[in-house]
Amino acid sequence: MSTLNLKIEFGGGLELLFSNQRSYQIALPSLVPKDNSTAEESLAMKEMKALDVDYLIHHMRDHMLQERVELFMEKDTVRPGILVLINDTDWELEGEGDYKLQEGDEVVFISTLHGG
Amino acid sequence: MAPRACALCQKGKAMVKRPKTGQQICRDCFFYVFETEVHNTITQSNLFKPGDRVAIGASGGKDSTVLAYVMKTLNERYQYGLELFLLSIDEGITGYRDDSLETVKRNQEQYDMPLKILSYDELYGWTMDAIVSQVGRKNNCTFCGVFRRQALDRGAAILNVDHIVTGHNADDIAETVLMNIMRGDIARLGRCTSICTQGEDTIRRSKPFKYAYEKEIVMYAYFKKLDYFSTECIYSPDAYRGHARAFLKDLEAARPSAIIDIIHSGEAFEIKEEIKATQKVQQTCKRCGYMSSNELCKACTLLEGLERGMANSGITDRARKKLEAEGPAPDNLRTIPYFKLASGNPTITVETPS
Repeated sequence: MSTLNLKIEFGGGLELLFSNQRSYQIALPSLVPKDNSTAEESLAMKEMKALDVDYLIHHMRDHMLQERVELFMEKDTVRPGILVLINDTDWELEGEGDYKLQEGDEVVFISTLHGG
Repeated sequence: MAPRACALCQKGKAMVKRPKTGQQICRDCFFYVFETEVHNTITQSNLFKPGDRVAIGASGGKDSTVLAYVMKTLNERYQYGLELFLLSIDEGITGYRDDSLETVKRNQEQYDMPLKILSYDELYGWTMDAIVSQVGRKNNCTFCGVFRRQALDRGAAILNVDHIVTGHNADDIAETVLMNIMRGDIARLGRCTSICTQGEDTIRRSKPFKYAYEKEIVMYAYFKKLDYFSTECIYSPDAYRGHARAFLKDLEAARPSAIIDIIHSGEAFEIKEEIKATQKVQQTCKRCGYMSSNELCKACTLLEGLERGMANSGITDRARKKLEAEGPAPDNLRTIPYFKLASGNPTITVETPS
């Protein structure tokens, strides 16, 4: 199965939830379960979709996040107050979670909730 | 999705969706509109006059870092003729404030502005670490808030500035409006939306980011690669504000104009004369000379409680009565140096960038 290489970056204190590491290189399959399940069970039965940001967020929650999921996600998406940029563009201009990830994409997550 | 062109210049690729207007704009137009809106806020409210000495309350966090950068940019671009300083308060919180002060020290060099750091320890004889070890984590935010406010004024007096600007943004102000409504704090509700406040004999304080959304401040810092520090205070954050903030962020997600709408609502409230009449008149603290609504200012009350080993006496009426029952404050009590507004030259030398 083909995979896509992605770069993930954190800012604004969000890195504290991810082992205090600001930058990650990860590879994810180009086809993923439509229900965003990230468990490595039999995929044969599942309906699939092209890898999108929604799936990436679930993958990050299940396999990268170290603590306090409520500070990262709320109702199947990132918590209000976390900014997402896809290749330096506001994700609100790219379709948010529906954006189909491409090889080499860079996704940045910045918390605005930490003290000013 | 195909890249969209900027709604303003029609040339660049749209990279930001403005929460206030929904406009999709490119990076350069975003810098321009963000800076210009702050400039308009400043000029429409006549915040400054040429020759003013202005201290930027700098914590090393996103808001004050962007504020320092934008104030420097606008001061040069529009020739405000201001002398700018950085003023930081060191609360004495190991692992939090000491790291963020390192950021402020770098900002001092990056922005070429003189920096003054004033610590709770030198002013009150207590660090927040020491206070928390005595009072625990429940009411420590009360001490920190009261002490910080007075420390900023005192730092400003030492720098001999006319004016303090702080990085409070539109989200912060909308949050405060909500909190004041939920607490029934009518006196503060009336004050909290003013862009500039000035007590009878204190230094002017203003909020040039009053209409700037937090999202845009963070985007600005990100695109400009500004150096800021972001960690939550290690002592329990203000829980009540946390609820107001989460609620506001949910509202914003559903309707981005909610933040500015709440500020406008706050501005439009008129306080009835009979309610105003019940508010206390300002006087001068008999012990330290700082402005106060009682004989003793809040900082002196809290400090006396700490010094006499009854820290809660500044928090609850019951503890206060217990303290009073033990008699008057002893003569050798540690007090805060007498406050007076500086005139003439700064009484201390500030650290200048090397």
